[in-house]
Amino acid sequence: MSAVTFISHDGEKREAPLEDGRSLMQVAVDNMIPGVDGDCGGEAACGTCHVIVDDQWVDTVGRSGPVEEEMLAMNPEREPTSRLSCQMAVSEDWDGLVVRLPEFQM
Amino acid sequence: MTTLNNVTGRAAERAQTIVPMELQIRGAHLYDRARRFVTRTNGHKIFVEKPIPPVEEVALAEIDLSNPFLYRQGRWQSYFERVRNEAPVHFQANSPFGPFWSVTRHADIIAVDKDHETFSAEPFIIIGEPPRFMEVAMFIAMDPPRHDRQRAAVQGVVAPKNLREMEGLIRTRVREVLDDLPVGETFNWVDRVSIELTARMLATLLDFPYEQRRKLVEWSDLASSMEQANGGPSDNDEVFRGFVDAARGLSALWRDKQARLAAGEEPGFDLITMLQRNEDTKDLIDRPMEFLGNLVLLIVGGNDTTRNSMSGGVLALNRFPDQFEKLKANPELIPNMVSEIIRWQTPLAYMRRVAKKDTILNGQFIRKGDKLVMWYASGNRDERVFDRPDDLIIDRSNARNHISFGFGVHRCMGNRLAEMQLRILWEELLPRFDKIEVVEEPEYVQSNFVRGISTLMVRLTAKTDA
Repeated sequence: MSAVTFISHDGEKREAPLEDGRSLMQVAVDNMIPGVDGDCGGEAACGTCHVIVDDQWVDTVGRSGPVEEEMLAMNPEREPTSRLSCQMAVSEDWDGLVVRLPEFQM
Repeated sequence: MTTLNNVTGRAAERAQTIVPMELQIRGAHLYDRARRFVTRTNGHKIFVEKPIPPVEEVALAEIDLSNPFLYRQGRWQSYFERVRNEAPVHFQANSPFGPFWSVTRHADIIAVDKDHETFSAEPFIIIGEPPRFMEVAMFIAMDPPRHDRQRAAVQGVVAPKNLREMEGLIRTRVREVLDDLPVGETFNWVDRVSIELTARMLATLLDFPYEQRRKLVEWSDLASSMEQANGGPSDNDEVFRGFVDAARGLSALWRDKQARLAAGEEPGFDLITMLQRNEDTKDLIDRPMEFLGNLVLLIVGGNDTTRNSMSGGVLALNRFPDQFEKLKANPELIPNMVSEIIRWQTPLAYMRRVAKKDTILNGQFIRKGDKLVMWYASGNRDERVFDRPDDLIIDRSNARNHISFGFGVHRCMGNRLAEMQLRILWEELLPRFDKIEVVEEPEYVQSNFVRGISTLMVRLTAKTDA
């Protein structure tokens, strides 16, 4: 089965299975990955599922669009490859995906 | 297009009058006094408290959720429940604040809150308006891109680096305040704990003279209790005098900072320094209504909200004593409980929007220019999202889905700081006290906006070492 690795701010790695059709935020929440909140439930309206995509994966998973930017632009921890994971529909082809988590979800 | 918007936005900001702040407020006060004299309304209260009938006795169209006594009289739950179920997007044609739509369900509130293209936060986010010529401007009541520029200037105050630095300071202060509380005696929790802790935090965020910190509370309370703005109890003469005092105090703070910075002092991480070091806000003081508006916003934002969650938590755990037992047995539930308390209390009842174009919301036709009130207090009790919504359940699995911080670009900037303050308060309370008993019925604030507790008489029982 395909898997994604979440790396916490202090470097701890946690894996979770990737399941087609779910959002990366749901994957994180379902697998109780600490540091992903998803307060608004997947509406891109709170910014608390912020992840930073590993540079090598940017071309595969894509960059943030205007909807995500509304919440990301204000975030002091924002990085060039930042995404709202609720807007990332995962694919089993993403096996080995690595994302880092910010220190705080703002 | 964005560039053009940016340019015209900036020009509008620059074009604001440069009348000295105090003079402008005094002028507005004079106008207001003349208005009251001419209309013979001086001394008249717009709102006089009368018992509110049970919701079953009122016709659906007559329901007025803007009544500032609904919360105080404990009728708000039944009123909102009926509207949520029978007319979730509800029109009230004749309120004292004019006609307005109420948006009462969780899902509809999120839809409105995130759609700033259709629903504008301008010019005000309260249901009414401030007195004429006191139309303060604040970024919570601005649409992008102007909102983004001004908010960006202060967002850094709650950046992770600052939060980490603040944690130790907050804990020290919480300990000081708690160690000073009388055990076995009845006292007002609101004044001794909730107000005191938030005042200390605000003084730090603004780098305001510490010994004068209660002034910030005073100004905040006046600004958030104006009669024509949200049905509050403030007398307009008091409000204007308070604003003059605030303008004076905050300008002095600004000038003092400016001088210290110019003299080569190391810049701090306080809000004033941040505003002064940002290109879009460094001349804020030359735009009096924006200067006052944004500072009042930051003060009110950090005051009523956390204060009433600090009081609300104690009240809620008294109403649901089994939850307090659960908490004592499982202190690791504190972070989730903090979210649940913020949901249960919902310290700010709503935010207001104005439709920028004709639209349809949950089957209702909304006309361009219509006023909408997103009732967070109702969304947080929506039975479609929260099981047993009126109960405090400290291990509720979806407590974090509460709507108290709002959603979209205006989402509360201080949410993490607020959560941290509340978490530390409870972490320090549990090892000290075995009981925090509410011994009288609390007193509530008159307002349709602030869901405030003004008096909460409690008695503490010290923890006996087991």
